[in-house]
Parts: sequence; structure tokens; C-alpha cells
Amino acid sequence: MANTHQVSFKLNGKAVEVSVEPRELLIHTLREKLAHTGPHIGCETSHCGACTVDMDGMSVKSCTVLTVQCAGSELLTVEGLEQGGVLHALQQAFHEEHGLQCGYCTPGMITRAYRLLKENPNPTEQDIRYGIAGNLCRCTGYQNIVKAVQSAARKLASTPASA
Amino acid sequence: MIPAGFDYHAPNSVADAIKLLGDLGPDARLLAGGHSLLPMMKLRFAQPAHLIDLGRIAELRGIAQVGDAIHIGAMTTEHELLHSALLAEKLPLLVDGAGWIADPQVRYKGTIGGDISHGDPGNDHPALMLALDASFVLRGPKGERVLKADGYFLGLYSTQLEDGEILAQIRIPIPAAGSGWSYQKLKRKTGDFATAATAVLLQMSGGKVAKVNIALTNAGPTALKARAAEDSLLGKPIDEASLGEAARLAMGICEPTPDQRGDAEYKLAMTGEMTRRALQAAHARAKS
Ligand SMILES: Cc1cc2nc3c(=O)[nH]c(=O)nc-3n(C[C@H](O)[C@H](O)[C@H](O)COP(=O)(O)OP(=O)(O)OC[C@H]3O[C@@H](n4cnc5c(N)ncnc54)[C@H](O)[C@@H]3O)c2cc1C
Ligand code: FES
Ligand code: FES
Repeated sequence: MANTHQVSFKLNGKAVEVSVEPRELLIHTLREKLAHTGPHIGCETSHCGACTVDMDGMSVKSCTVLTVQCAGSELLTVEGLEQGGVLHALQQAFHEEHGLQCGYCTPGMITRAYRLLKENPNPTEQDIRYGIAGNLCRCTGYQNIVKAVQSAARKLASTPASA
Repeated sequence: MIPAGFDYHAPNSVADAIKLLGDLGPDARLLAGGHSLLPMMKLRFAQPAHLIDLGRIAELRGIAQVGDAIHIGAMTTEHELLHSALLAEKLPLLVDGAGWIADPQVRYKGTIGGDISHGDPGNDHPALMLALDASFVLRGPKGERVLKADGYFLGLYSTQLEDGEILAQIRIPIPAAGSGWSYQKLKRKTGDFATAATAVLLQMSGGKVAKVNIALTNAGPTALKARAAEDSLLGKPIDEASLGEAARLAMGICEPTPDQRGDAEYKLAMTGEMTRRALQAAHARAKS
């Protein structure tokens, strides 16, 4: 098609190139072209945060970002958090603190919490609640999600190298 | 939900963006953070044939003090406003206001220029700009013009920005030392637009109001400056009587639209209450 763009970016550390129409949304590129189904489609209206990914050091809702806007970017999805078979402290903490019920919101929650802890390694409970306010959990398990983020923050603080 | 097809352009300078706007004509729209425009395009409320992405234009970003004013590039994000030490010191009202906008993910992308330009009465920056006496630098094919925020907002989705122009920069005079400030916003949940909200900037002298700006969000087709309420306070102390009168006069200029957030009567009452609270909070912060 005439109106396609070749877009290159880094996804979880690997260089990728995709061919997209300008109207293609990042969530579709990730899920359908790049087989990264960690980011979920919840509302499609920028409200639920299930599609959250990390883009150049920002948490973004990938249902409201055009893939063409990502040229040259560094993207991180929940798939990129595990390193060498070892879960990221946040993934481990969501498991240990039972920070999920159905798990639908979980990849977005974890990806958002990852950026939150990068910016504020020692957040108060209030900081965490304000910081994950763009992520909705339909199972409404917020209490354990907050506990999981707190637990991961403590763990990362004691082992800075794993951050 | 996927937008209708369009062509995408990503210029590197304001001059190139203005040239593209001129060449492509009225079927082209500017793309800033995209968090108002892309949802509208997904719902097919908007179907531009061309998008001109301002995201790669470095000259449209940044926050700096220039003399007695703060200059903010139109593409500066809410997240950047929220974390600016300069703004925290010089324009805390703006930082407070930005913190009430949307949610973290939207604040990383949404820009002050996009919020001002969108023209939705639910946007918070227009009222903040009225309260802060801001001016807007518009650049177009005929050069540059600077307009006051007061008078800039004409109605629903309508501002003084003309075809072919770009909002490049926002200029805000640094309020006098000891000024009090507050943004009071009632919303149903995090990330929601205001049911009602009021921005106040207040200067006291000898226990009396020396200068006050009051502006309302989502109380009419566009942000409103509550001029009669401001005038009623001048030379008076902030007390129950003066607060009641100011709230009543602010409510007098509102034409709220009923929606899921409430009927007109409720929204009107809440605008009065937000005005009262914002004045009280600004008073508590102001030096006499
Ligand atoms: C879930 C959600 C909740 C939200 N809650 C709030 C809220 O509580 N308060 C609030 O104020 N906003 C809210 N918003 C809106 C959000 O803050 C938007 O990001 C913002 O209003 C528009 O800024 P933008 O940079 O995304 O602009 P875009 O969406 O890219 O553009 C908006 C409009 O402005 C025009 N435009 C953009 N930049 C310029 C420029 N420099 N010069 C001229 N025209 C320009 C565009 O052509 C378009 O017509 C919310 C959005 C979402 C998705
Ligand atoms: S799917 Fe993107 S915010 Fe809900
Ligand atoms: S765990 Fe089910 S949506 Fe959050």
C-alpha cells in the first residue's frame, strides 16, 4: 500500500522494524504483528490502563499511541521484565502478595509500577495509589496490588543491582 | 476502535509545521499528545486527512524563566509540569492543576498546548490560564502574535487560533510574592474531567483583597472568568459574607450542561462550592 511507513524501534532491547499504516495503534502492532500479547486490550478508550507499556521512560496507554509515533523509541512490555529466567521483583511480588485475581489488568499494572518505582524507589502508600490511578482492576484487588508494589520496592531497595 | 485513514507527517521545526499546515489546508490537524484527538478519531468524531505530529519539534518544549515571566513550550507535557522545580517555586497553582488532570499515563503524553487548544470545557488548563493571566504565542504564515488568555476562549472547540497557526508558547507572569492560590476540582473518580472546578489566584493587603482572579472549569461552553465575583471581593476581607457573595456571583455566569456527572442544578451548586473552597484555600496561603 502506498500509505505505509517502515517504523523501527527497540522492543524489550531488540531492534524491530514493522510496516504500518499511520492509523495503526501501537497495541495492535505489539499484539498482532510482534506477538507480544502481554499488553491487553481492555477499554480501547484510554481509561483502563490494561494496554500500558513503557515508551522512552514513560508509561503510556498503547491503545492511544500511533505506531508511527514510536519511530526510534525504546519500548518495554511486561515480556521484557523477566531476565534470564528470573522474574522481576515486581512480578515475583505480585505472585507472593496475591496482587491479582483474574490477571487481566496485571501486565499493565506491573509495567506501570515498574516506571513508578524507577521514578520514586521509596513510595508511600498514597504515592502508589496516585501512581497507579490510570490502571483499573475489574476484580478490584487494589489492596494486594498496593502491597505487591510496596514489597517489590523494599526488595529492590535491598538489592539495587537487580533494578 | 481504529481511526479512519490519514497521512502522517512529522516535521522537525515550527517553520516546517507551519509550511505543511499551509500546503495541506484545512483537512490537516496538528497532533500533540494525542490524548484528546486520537480518542475523537477512534470514535470518528474527527476524520482529518492529514496529521502533523509536533512531537519531534524540540523548540516547542521546555520551561524557563525569562525576566518576570515563565515561558512554557506548548509541547511540554503534564508530567513535566508536575515535576518542574521551577514551577513548584514560581507557579504552584499550575503544578497543582496539572496534578488533577487525567491519570499518570495520560499526563506523560498530554501537553499543555494541546489541552489549551482542544477547546473542551472540561479541560483544566484554560481556567488555570485565566487565573494566571497567561498569554499565548501563536505562530503562523504571517509571523507571530501574542494574545491574552482572557478573551482567547470563544466557545465549544473554538478559540482565537486561526487556520494555519500553531500555539507555540505559553507565557505566564510570575505572581507577586505572597500570593495565595488554589485549584479545587470535584470529580467522580481519578482521571475524570471536572464536575465543577475553580482556580483562584489571590493577593491580600492589610487583611483585604488587593487583587483576585477567579476562573471556572466545565461551568459553561468554555472556561469562564468570574469577573463580577472578583470585583465583589476587592477591598474586602475574606469572610463568610464575602465568600457567599462571590460564590453566588460566580454561579450567576454558569451555564452547565447536564450529563452523567450531574444535572445543571447540582453542577451549579458545586461550582459555587468549589469557588468558596478555592478562595478559602488561597486565602490560607496568602500573606497579608
Ligand atoms: C482518560 C482521560 C482523562 C482525561 N482527563 C482530563 C482532565 O481531567 N482534565 C483535562 O484537562 N484533560 C483531560 N484529558 C485530556 C488530556 O489531558 C489531553 O491530553 C489534552 O486535553 C490534550 O492534549 P494533547 O497534547 O493530548 O493534545 P491532542 O489530543 O494531540 O490535540 C488536541 C487538539 O489540540 C490541537 N493542538 C494540539 N497542539 C496544538 C498546538 N500546539 N497548537 C494548536 N493546536 C494544537 C490538536 O490539533 C487537537 O485539535 C483526559 C484524557 C483522557 C484520555
Ligand atoms: S485498552 Fe488502552 S487504556 Fe484501556
Ligand atoms: S485482577 Fe482481574 S482485572 Fe485486575
